[in-house]
Amino acid sequence: MEAAAGGGCGSGPPLLSESEQQCYSELFARCAGAASGGPGPGHPETSRVASGAATAAAGPVADLFRASQLPAETLHQITELCGAKRVGYFGPTQFYVALKLIAAVQSGLPVRIESIKCELPLPRFMMSKNDGEMRFGNPAELHGSKVQIPYLTTEKNSFKRTDDEEKQQETQSPTMSPFASPPSSPPHYQRVPLSHGYSKLRSSTEQMHPVPYEGRQPLVQPEGPSSGGPGTKPLRHQASLIRSFSVERELQDNSSSYPDEPWRITEEQREYYVNQFRSLQPDPSSFISGSVAKNFFTKSKLSIPELSYIWELSDADCDGALTLPEFCAAFHLIVARKNGYPLPEGLPPTLQPEYLQAAFPKPKWDCALFDSYSESMPTNQQARDLNRMEKTSVKDMADFPVPTQDVTGDDKQALKSTLNEAVPKDVPEDPATPKDSNNLKARPRSRSYSSTSIEEAMKRGEDPPTPPPRPQKSHSRASSLDLNKVFQPSVPATKSGLLPPPPALPPRPCPSQSEQVSEAELPSQLNRAPSQAAESSPAKKDVPHSQPPSKPIRRKFRPENQSAESQEPSTTISGPASGASVKPHPTVQKQSSKQKKAIQTAIRKNKEANAVLARLNSELQQQLKEVHQERIALENQLEQLRPVTVL
Amino acid sequence: MAVCIMVIVKENYPFYVRSIPVENELKFHSVVHTSLDLVDEKISAMGKALVDQRGLCPGLLYPTEDYKVYGYVTNSKVKFVTLVDSSNTAHRDNEICSMFWKLHNSYTDVTCNPFPNPGDRIRPRVFDNMVTSLMTQVC
Repeated sequence: MEAAAGGGCGSGPPLLSESEQQCYSELFARCAGAASGGPGPGHPETSRVASGAATAAAGPVADLFRASQLPAETLHQITELCGAKRVGYFGPTQFYVALKLIAAVQSGLPVRIESIKCELPLPRFMMSKNDGEMRFGNPAELHGSKVQIPYLTTEKNSFKRTDDEEKQQETQSPTMSPFASPPSSPPHYQRVPLSHGYSKLRSSTEQMHPVPYEGRQPLVQPEGPSSGGPGTKPLRHQASLIRSFSVERELQDNSSSYPDEPWRITEEQREYYVNQFRSLQPDPSSFISGSVAKNFFTKSKLSIPELSYIWELSDADCDGALTLPEFCAAFHLIVARKNGYPLPEGLPPTLQPEYLQAAFPKPKWDCALFDSYSESMPTNQQARDLNRMEKTSVKDMADFPVPTQDVTGDDKQALKSTLNEAVPKDVPEDPATPKDSNNLKARPRSRSYSSTSIEEAMKRGEDPPTPPPRPQKSHSRASSLDLNKVFQPSVPATKSGLLPPPPALPPRPCPSQSEQVSEAELPSQLNRAPSQAAESSPAKKDVPHSQPPSKPIRRKFRPENQSAESQEPSTTISGPASGASVKPHPTVQKQSSKQKKAIQTAIRKNKEANAVLARLNSELQQQLKEVHQERIALENQLEQLRPVTVL
Repeated sequence: MAVCIMVIVKENYPFYVRSIPVENELKFHSVVHTSLDLVDEKISAMGKALVDQRGLCPGLLYPTEDYKVYGYVTNSKVKFVTLVDSSNTAHRDNEICSMFWKLHNSYTDVTCNPFPNPGDRIRPRVFDNMVTSLMTQVC
């Protein structure tokens, strides 16, 4: 065996067959060249450098793997096995192993290490723009590889062991020893006795497969947001991530030529980070203070020195607070670190705040705000535990649609200029009001959809706020009450207080108006049944603080359709209804006036609440008066009748 | 040339020490330590009218035969002390003070990091780099 090994290293027969060697090296060069200017394969020493030149960037590699048309899960397994995930990058050895595995799978073999020992055709890759014309047939010269395969397994293991020793990896972990690049690693061949290496390989392979599968599961969740090499993609989202991956790469190839794939943030990750940012600090233009960020990042369970280092990297302006791009960079670094990537020496260019800011179109924030609120709100309302976030991040990522990548090079500059002026370093705004309004906004939106009266309400929603005459009101429920009488005196009383809010009503979109309608139903409904239920009075107090002028309108049109079911969802919508009205406005307003708007909203809300309560009060008083009158009338009748009977 | 730079915290223990020549390092440390009370003395002597924009710069604390000791105090009672080689006598107080101001800025940048770094503060490489540059520049 040693003679064979000596022969193996002496004359330099390739571990792979000739064609395989050629193709693999070509592929590798293409992948690496696509990223960083193409060093040749076959320098495993240099490939150990994390950011070294001899790595195939994960992007082209991912493309290549996808071109092989294997299912995403298989690709994931392959990358696991080839050690790229563990190592963190695609060195030539990992790349070759991966290609070999792809070939194995395409031949119908399971994704195992033993598959590589068999003779394999070359992997087949469909056309893709990055890979060019790389279609391989089934070469016939595999017989030569048979002889080399025993060397292959042992040598690669020996080679890997030296790697392991240097890296102090646990030997039981995926010792998917990659192929040693033949010309440069002959010295490794002789280091370890072959028989020992072979048995080790055998034992390790048996253990390996349960291990990566189990080991992968807990990693899947934390790795959810990682944009690193394919090995770190969770299975569920691999499809979406692949899509975003390729889409993003197209864009970024257009706009920039950063080769460091692990440090690029995908759109889904970005959205996730932005949501997390908002969970800490509602205003995207403001920043997170140091202590808040510290608590947040400490939950990621990284060591303090590492966190300190990450902070040092990401807080570019050293102001003790993180703006949104800084936060995203920090988050990304944390995620990468958790996935095993070594921290960079300096902030990678893709994580620079300027780059991130440019890639953050401002309208996108708001769109993301709308789209993601219903998903992010449940997570926000839970404890903001990062572990939980990591788990929910997987769900969130699944829920997020792959956003349309509208940012082109030109837009970026324009956006950058607007963003730079829109992200000032001023004092963070009062988080309480926008936060509350944001919290409140989300809830009614999700629930108002369930109310039955939305469609009709939406039709009514376009009515001008001036209350039309309402002779059509009928006394369906409370026969003793003349609702017209009830409402009409109340309207002028409240009208003065209601004039300021109405002009803001029309531009509001339907959902918020539907809420108002559903709330409008409440008071009318409650007023309908005062005689029936005294318990309605506490419900009346919960009457929502919606826009009073809209209430008379809706009430007029909807006398019969009141249902008790709408009461429950409506009551809960109470406070936030007017807060929801502010929701559509952010798209129009600038960041700086958001504060004012929020405060004005709160003021308006309170005013409306006051107005509603005052009107309710007056209405109830009116009802009381009427009830008294009726009672008096009845007593009169009784008196009139009594003497008759008595007599 | 600044031979040694030391940052002393309010509690009067050295938070960060950096010296250029490795030999006699302890001697530098002891010199710096002993000069701490000089700093305090000067501060108390100067009184309260020293709310300089960038901090108190008492300047030269003590000239020994080989070195001169310069001190500087921040608002939060963090002291920077440096030993400067006496061969470079062309240095004026202003230069030293400007050097201290740079140190101070860099120090504040470091303290902005909310993650506690117990004891060891060599991590912030920016600070290190700046210190090194200062030390080589002042020669």
